[in-house]
Order: sequence, then C-alpha cells, then structure tokens
Amino acid sequence: MNLPTGREAFEPKRPGSRDIAWCPGCGNFGIRNILISALAELGLRPSEVAIVSGIGQAAKMPHYINANGYHTLHGRAIPIATGVKAANPELTVIAEGGDGDMYAEGGNHLLHAIRRNPDITVLIHDNQIYGLTKGQASPTTMVGMKTPTQPWGVFEEPFNPVALAVAMNASFVARTFMGYFKESVEIIKKAIRHRGLAIVDILHPCVSFNRVNTYAWYREHTYWIDDGPFDREEAFRRAIETDPLPLGIFYVNERPTFEESVPAYRTDKRPLWKREPKLDLVEKFFESKRL
Amino acid sequence: MWSQPKGRSREWCCMAEFRGEVSIVLGGAAGQGIQTVEWILTYALKRSGYHVYANKEYMSRVRGGINTTEIRVSSRRVRAFVKRIDILVPFKQGVLSWVEDRISDTTVVLGERENVEESFLGKVNLVEVPLTKLALETGSQLYLNTTAAGLIVGLFHGDFRAVEEYIRKRFGSKGENVVNKNIEAARKGYELGVKLCEEGTIRVEVERDKKVREEILLSGTEAVGIGALTGGMNFLSFYPMSPSTGVSTFAAQHAEEFGIIVEQVEDEISAINMALGAWFAGARAMVSTSGGGFALMSEVLSLAGMAENPIVIHLAQRPGPATGLPTRTMQGDLNLVLYAGHGDFPRIILAPGSMEEAFYLSAEAFNLADRYQVPVIILTDQYFVDTYYNLPKPELGKVRFERHIVEAKPGYRRYELTEDGISPRAVPGYGEEVVIANGNEHDEWGDITEDAELTRKMQEKRAKLKLETIRKNAPLPRLFGSEKAKYFVISWGSTLHVVEEAVEKLGRDDVALLHFSWVYPLNPETKRFFEGKTVIVVENNITGQFAYLLRKELDVEVHHRVLKYDGRPFSVEEVFDALKGVIE
Repeated sequence: MNLPTGREAFEPKRPGSRDIAWCPGCGNFGIRNILISALAELGLRPSEVAIVSGIGQAAKMPHYINANGYHTLHGRAIPIATGVKAANPELTVIAEGGDGDMYAEGGNHLLHAIRRNPDITVLIHDNQIYGLTKGQASPTTMVGMKTPTQPWGVFEEPFNPVALAVAMNASFVARTFMGYFKESVEIIKKAIRHRGLAIVDILHPCVSFNRVNTYAWYREHTYWIDDGPFDREEAFRRAIETDPLPLGIFYVNERPTFEESVPAYRTDKRPLWKREPKLDLVEKFFESKRL
Repeated sequence: MWSQPKGRSREWCCMAEFRGEVSIVLGGAAGQGIQTVEWILTYALKRSGYHVYANKEYMSRVRGGINTTEIRVSSRRVRAFVKRIDILVPFKQGVLSWVEDRISDTTVVLGERENVEESFLGKVNLVEVPLTKLALETGSQLYLNTTAAGLIVGLFHGDFRAVEEYIRKRFGSKGENVVNKNIEAARKGYELGVKLCEEGTIRVEVERDKKVREEILLSGTEAVGIGALTGGMNFLSFYPMSPSTGVSTFAAQHAEEFGIIVEQVEDEISAINMALGAWFAGARAMVSTSGGGFALMSEVLSLAGMAENPIVIHLAQRPGPATGLPTRTMQGDLNLVLYAGHGDFPRIILAPGSMEEAFYLSAEAFNLADRYQVPVIILTDQYFVDTYYNLPKPELGKVRFERHIVEAKPGYRRYELTEDGISPRAVPGYGEEVVIANGNEHDEWGDITEDAELTRKMQEKRAKLKLETIRKNAPLPRLFGSEKAKYFVISWGSTLHVVEEAVEKLGRDDVALLHFSWVYPLNPETKRFFEGKTVIVVENNITGQFAYLLRKELDVEVHHRVLKYDGRPFSVEEVFDALKGVIE
C-alpha cells in the first residue's frame, strides 16, 4: 500500500478529524499549518511522531494532524509526553497546549521538565487568554485587561515563560508569532531536532476573546532577534523585554537528556515495549535472599 | 497486664523456659541501629533451621522515639503478629512503658539495668546482660548491636557460621577489620547466650526444620517489587511517601541491573501521568504511593479509565484522613481506590495477604492491566510491607508473561467496539497506522465525539461490557477449612495470616476462613460460599469497608464485624478473643 508522503501524510482522513472545532480566523489554524510543514520538512512519518496534548482549544491538535496522539488532561501533557519518550526514544514527541494548560495548571510540570530535560518539544499556543472556557484571564494576560472574571482588570504580573526557561537553564528556548509562517516553521524544526527539552512559546491571537492582542498588535509589538541564540545572561536580558517582545531562539544549552541519563538504554537501545522480564535476574535475587 | 512483683530481681536467678516458639521484641530509638540486630538475628536463625517472622512498628521521626521489632522464632511456620512478648530486649529507657500492655509475668527482659525504667525494676523478670561491657571489650560501644544479636542467636544455640556469613556480607565493604571486630563482638554475645541456657537462666527449646535453611527471607516491600519486575515492570515513577517508598527504593536499587527506568518526580500527579504516557508507548509502568498521594492521582485514574490506558498502582495504606499516622497501619483506603476518579469506569483491586500472593499478584497485575486496559491497584499497608518471614522460593515457572499489544495496521481503530468491551491496543511506532488515545469521549478511532448514540455505546463498552468480562474471569477467594462450616470468617489483604492463626487456634470444624486477595470486582460465583453462613468480617478499619463491598457487590449479609483502628495491626490474640466472643 502506498502511503502519502510530505505534508499530505499528516493530513488526517479519519471521520472525526474533519470538523475542526476552532473559530474561523483562529491562530490555531496557522499553528497547525506550521507544524505540518515542520514535520514534513524534517522527513518524518506520522507513525514516528506522537503529539501529547492537555485540554483546551490548542490541545485538540492531535485530532487535526495525522500522527500518534494522546489528548489527555488539563496541565498534564508534559509528564505524559515525558513518559512516552522515555518508553520509546525512537519517537519524535511533542507536548502541546495553551497558556493556561502549560503555564497555569501544568506550571509545576514545566519547571521540573526543564530540570529533567526529556528530549521532547513543548509547543505553547500562547494567546494570552482562556478560549475554551470563554474569555477568562490566563497567566500571560496583560495587566489591566478586563475579562468576565476579572471585571476590575487583571492585576497579576504576567508569566514570562522565556525568562523563566532561561533562568532555569533550559535546553532550548524560543518564541515566535504564528503570523510569521516561514520563520515559525524553521524555529519548530530546530526545536524538534534539538536534543533535549525545547520550549517554543507561540504567540497567536484569539479572535473571539482577546480584543487587545490581535494579528496587528503582535506585528506591531514584536521584533526578530537576528543574533541569537545568546549566552545565558544576554538571553535573560532579552527575555525580560516586554514591548516590543523579541522573537527567535534565545538560548540553546546542550546537556544530557532524561532518556540518556536513565539506566534503561545504556546497553539496550530497544524501546520498552519490545522487552521481556529478566527472569534470570529475578532468580539471582531470590538466591541472594537465602542468606 | 503483668502480675505483681515476684522478688526475682537478682541476676541469673530466674528460670524461664520457652518451648516450640519464642516471641522476641527489640526496642530502641530510631537511629540506634537496632535493624542490624534484627537482620543478623533473622538471617542467622533462619540459616540455623528456625522459622522466623519479623515485623516492625516505628515512629514518624528520624532519630529518637521508640521503635520496636517483633521476631517470632518457631519450630513451625509462623507468619503472623502476636501481642505476647517472651523476650524483650530494651536498648533505651522507655521501651518497657511503650510495650507495657504486652508484658506478662512470663516475659523475660533481657538487657542492661540502665535501659529499664525505675518503675519496672523488681516487677519484671530482668535478666541482666553486660552488653556495653562486652562491646567495650571488643573495642567500642559501636559493637553493642552485634553483641546483642550474637547473644540471642546463642540462646538458640544457632549456627554461628551463619552469623559470620551475614556479617561478612553486610560489613564486607567496610574492610577486614570492621568484619573481624563485629564477628568478635557477636561471638562474645553468643557465648554469653549459650551460657545463659546452660546455667538454666533462659531455656529455649525450639526444634529446627532442616528445609528452612534453604528457604528465602522476603518482605512485603520486596515481594511487591520483585513481583513487579517478574511481571515485566520496566518503568516506575514516584514521589516518596511512607509506607510506600520502600517499593520505589527497591526498584531504584535494582534499576541498573534490570535496565529499567525509575524516576522520582515532582509530585504524585506527575508520577501517574508519566506512567500513563509510558504505558501508552508500550512500557509496563507502575507508581507506588500511599493514600494521600493516590488522592492526588485520582483525576488521572479517571483518564486511564476513559483512555483505556493500562496502569499499575501500588498503594501502601496508612491511617488517614490527611496525614494521619504516617508510619502506622490501616486498611482504610479500600473505599478510596474503589470510588476514586470521576465518571464510571472499571478497575481491578488486589490485596495480597502473603508474600507469595504479593509476588504472584504483583507480576500478574501487569498482565491484567495489559489485557483489560484498566487501572490495577495493588493494595498493601504498612503492616504488610514491613513484615518478612521465611518461605520456599517462589516458582518462576508459575508466572506467565502475556503481551497484548497489536500492530497498528492501516485502518486500525484504538477504541474498536467489541463484544467483550476490550479493543485491540496498539502502541505508537509499531505498525504504519497511528494510535489516538483520548480523555474526551471519542469515536472508535479516538477522535472527539458529542454523538449521543456513540456516547452510550462507549459508556457501555467501559462500564458494562469490560467490567463484566473482568468480573466473570475474576478468581474466587481462598477457603481455609470446610465449605460446610457454619461460621465464615472473612479476611482480605494483609490480615490473612493473623486471622488464619487465630482460626487455627480456635480449632473448631465449624469455623472456616475465606480470604480475598482479589478484592474487586468480585466474581458473582463468590456468592455461593456465603449461603446459610454466619459471616464474620475482620478488618483493620473503623467502618468495615470490605463488609460494605460484600453487601453492595454480592448482597451478602455480614453478621459480625471485627474492627481495629488504632493504627496498629491485629494480633493473633486479639482476633482469637474477638472470634470467641461472637462464636457460641
């Protein structure tokens, strides 16, 4: 049987994948397009890729791209993706979700994933608002924005994922705006190819609930860093710039990945599903329990 | 509990005799190294041909306080906790007060006068032994524990070579001098022990059983851990929590040898999510936790139910609610594991009562999770994980390794509707087709659906068809005694051997024991056991959670509940007295 190749291979043909639940004009369409191009240009096949998502509009991605997928719980995409990669390092694993998913409910997992450094790519659809629950503030909502649940205006300091990641010595830290297609494809390709945890904060508008951070706003309030990645100090200096927001790869730090550090693959490279119990070692253990 | 003073305070004068079996209790502070005494003792006595059983109770602290270990040494197989203390060895003041209700006029206190509270002097049978002096003669106070271990082995005329062997194994890495000094210290204690017997101060007559020598010593923690490895566990994620941490530590200690992944993570939520991800990609993963940690996992348990993602969970129970008693025991989390997780989905609950059951069930848990694609919960408790005794080496030939993974061929549907509710499970990367798992209600491919008809079918697939498949294949409980007995005593999980010994002690043909190690879902055929019986359920919790389950699942009427909920395990004596109280 001839399977389709290139971008076409990642277009799902399943009955449930046709009715896309995103609003017309949503930035998620652009991100889907970018991701499909990145995967296709990397020469990957759908069966080699696993997309693990949390909950939210962004997290519906596994249904709209033909790849292995796991649509899980709010905030939990990162630990599940970590488990997937650890069980089968041959897979290209992507954890995907929105700003609420990754920075609020899943914030603690993000911190510890940076420490653990699994070789996965974390894509955050950051539209600075909650979409699926209809317009509440997210951790990245700008101060002063009024929402149905913050009618007095948001007063919390916005979460700065790029500064946080650099501060924690993350392995790969980037930000892009989905309105820049070619640049975004390149950044995501580099993030996927990077050996270690790659964090890409993807700015995108929410056409239904965020009247401030629109397509035009993002174009006006961002600029490309053309001399990155930087050393850690410079990366941090750039990361704390907020207006305009820098786009690009801030920081790259090669260090051993989780899968390289665990004993499971030191001598045996096979994924865990191909392995059998080591009964000779069990026998040896019992022998040691005679004395 | 103990009788009036008998004027036996003078050294070497009392004559105590123990036949067939001795219950020894060691008591001291956390950090005092009493575990070394316990280990030397149990190994050396087992190697000498004695049946041994050990269990500890300890305080939630790192140093100080009072921890005790009970060691039963017997001519026949012993596997249960007794309240009675025959020989009490205190390593600090306060031990006698801590175990006061277990001291009787036949108890011998073996130790140094300074470790006995003033108020007990003259009231208990104190046999003074100069452990400190002997240790100092060897070179340092540090050898006191080894001296004490030698002393007790000496009382049994145990095989001293076994003591030497164990010391070499344990202290070998610390150099020849440390080994030799410890052997010297143990020998001094041993000779004193032999002397006490020969002088008639303490007479111990316990017959040896040759076959015990070749048996193994296994704890509940080890039985679960090695069982899991035998079942093919190759991934364990955890957050430390007493009393479950031992299993994670065991796995970590064996991770390099077995080539598996063991990861301590940021919280229990991450632990179970990671394990779910690992199963999704084909690993055989487990988490080990206690009640509080499991409570944090319950949302993910529900995801496992919906996504039909296998998962094995070891839950070592301790008394709750909340922090409760972190280092003590209770069977109080049955309802938690039974009902945890929002929505309806099937699960399997296992509760081993013996080391053999813990080994075989922990191995089988992975086959069950793989076959039925449900959470499988292994429910132990502090009493169980901290108990060990000798047993014949389990037979690996009895363990089956099943793998239920299929190749994802074109057209593959992860949630294909089937008659028995079980869909073929593929893993990403095996086959050309992709695998979609989903925590949203989904169609057969795994994509989101809002369709009413499909929702109904999927609900039925999980909560009816699959549950029924598991239920009808569930093994029956184990019956000890006659099916015709009038009284049926019911135990589940860790209370097995305590109840078994109490029932044996009753010695009545009309009393039988029915033990459940497969706790849920119950095979409907189980109901036949109960017809016309007077049912007595023994449980280590305050409400009788299993008794309610019997009612709910099988409509069984429970006539008597024997409950204990002070954070301590049942003793044989307690169960015996309680059973006598309800059986005419």
